[in-house]
Amino acid sequence: MTPQHPPVIVGAGPAGIRAAQALVRHGRRPVILDEAPRAGGQIYRQPPAHFQRTKKTLYGFEAARADAVHGAMADIIDHVDYRPNTLVWNAEGGQLDLLHQGRTSSIAYAQLIVATGATDRVLPFPGWTTPGVYTLGGAQVALKFQACAIGSQVAFLGTGPLLYLIAYQYARAGATVAAVLDTARLGDQVAALPGLAAQPALLAKGMYYVTWLRAHGITLHGGVRPIQVLGNTRVEGLRWADARGEHALACDAIGFGYALRSETQLADILGCRFRFDTLQRAWLPERDVAGRSSVPGVYLAGDGAGIMGADAAEWAGERAALALLSDTGHTPSVADTARAARLEAQLATTTRFRTGLERAFPFPAEWAAQASDELIICRCEEITVGDLRRTAATTGATEINRLKALCRVGMGRCQGRMCAVAASEILAHCTGRPVEQVGRLRGQAPIKPIPFASAPSEVLTQQQEAA
Amino acid sequence: MSDEQAAHAAGAPLLRRLAETGRDSVAFTLDGQACTGLVGDTVLTAMLTHGAVLRYTEFSGEARAGFCMMGACQDCWVVTEAGQRLRACSTFIEAGMRLLSGKGSAP
Repeated sequence: MTPQHPPVIVGAGPAGIRAAQALVRHGRRPVILDEAPRAGGQIYRQPPAHFQRTKKTLYGFEAARADAVHGAMADIIDHVDYRPNTLVWNAEGGQLDLLHQGRTSSIAYAQLIVATGATDRVLPFPGWTTPGVYTLGGAQVALKFQACAIGSQVAFLGTGPLLYLIAYQYARAGATVAAVLDTARLGDQVAALPGLAAQPALLAKGMYYVTWLRAHGITLHGGVRPIQVLGNTRVEGLRWADARGEHALACDAIGFGYALRSETQLADILGCRFRFDTLQRAWLPERDVAGRSSVPGVYLAGDGAGIMGADAAEWAGERAALALLSDTGHTPSVADTARAARLEAQLATTTRFRTGLERAFPFPAEWAAQASDELIICRCEEITVGDLRRTAATTGATEINRLKALCRVGMGRCQGRMCAVAASEILAHCTGRPVEQVGRLRGQAPIKPIPFASAPSEVLTQQQEAA
Repeated sequence: MSDEQAAHAAGAPLLRRLAETGRDSVAFTLDGQACTGLVGDTVLTAMLTHGAVLRYTEFSGEARAGFCMMGACQDCWVVTEAGQRLRACSTFIEAGMRLLSGKGSAP
């Protein structure tokens, strides 16, 4: 059987690249669509081609892994239709709508592997829109992709393994780390040890970063609550509190985040069924152990389908490709079957480890109760927590899409990427319901803003109606 | 605050280069002033190694300087003198670009 269309992969991070490699190995020639100019995703993002730093400098302990993923892409480059700088902004009727260098086009598909990755999970705090405050991932992009620090004295705030990794990377690169402020408590991390032991190498790396930071005199605090960014036109410091009281930290930049959130908009527009994942406190597209979504022909892999980390993304990408092959008439060889079983076993181990991580770096469940009415929740349109609470109280809205229609939260240019987590928490708290009961902010085309000049007229009409 | 401190607060660069400084330079203008970036800089990097603002919001007029650096938050759109809009974190600086931070047009 010769399929009519080549398989299409969205995303050229670890999941997308390993998926492509498996397809090429079995004689297929996939199309790879990626927003970035170079392959690698966010975790193995490559700087512009003429930059000089070594992979060891850029990726540290992950250098061999990054090199292997980049190498896999280099090996298959003549056997794939690789389209960098290409945004997938809509999916409809078996076609993806694309934007490349200001021009729209579309591509038909029969099988699609969605490997759209993740961004930082953000919970606002007073002053978070001040110049000099970036996400943790953003702080890392500045360093890896542009060889810049986000400031001269950088504080890192929030929770999750990235917090310590990025602080370490900054200090190693010669930046001054003002402090690392973790909203989780040390006790959380001790309680999580049994789960974390499922992946001893990753646990060891995490402990190494903490030990290294301490040994280099960098202050680490746990059980922290951010109070206020100091400075109006730029960061001049940070007020924070812990069990001992309030403190002021001198710094001129802040990187913050609370682990990651999946980029699920494309899966949503494709019609994939979602379920609430209690561990990640997020709505995620359903998938079987091989990565099949609820929509025939659509496969999900990597952090875009649920946060499991870069190594698991590689395994899930390859596993999804094997599923795609066997679903499209390729009879799996004995080696394919054994490989698929091995990948599933590795992914199961990762799931145990992630359970440990969520215990070690718990979501700050008290955040919504502590948020003040003045706090800006939507940085696109400066909608406040108070706006949300008043709208819910006066209209009786209990569902997040209803709240969006009434007060525009989640309707701005970022389409809720930065505010949806927080808005759902506020709505759940002020209506006295668990967060899974306020619903899921629906994805809409265009998935990201596209220039008006390149939009087909019916999309412009939709955008104007939404505005 | 002394005049010097005030000038620093408003205008000193936000980003600090740590490496890769041997690249060829790229000339552009920022609010009419001649500036120099490096080949491979994004518009965001080029602007924020000269100042501390990319734009002022259309709602409160507050300064913004990007946030996610990876094309998700859409907070770093800047305008050129010709009225073109660029997402600063994912657009590379090009020689002759005439960029505006919106200074003076803030409400």
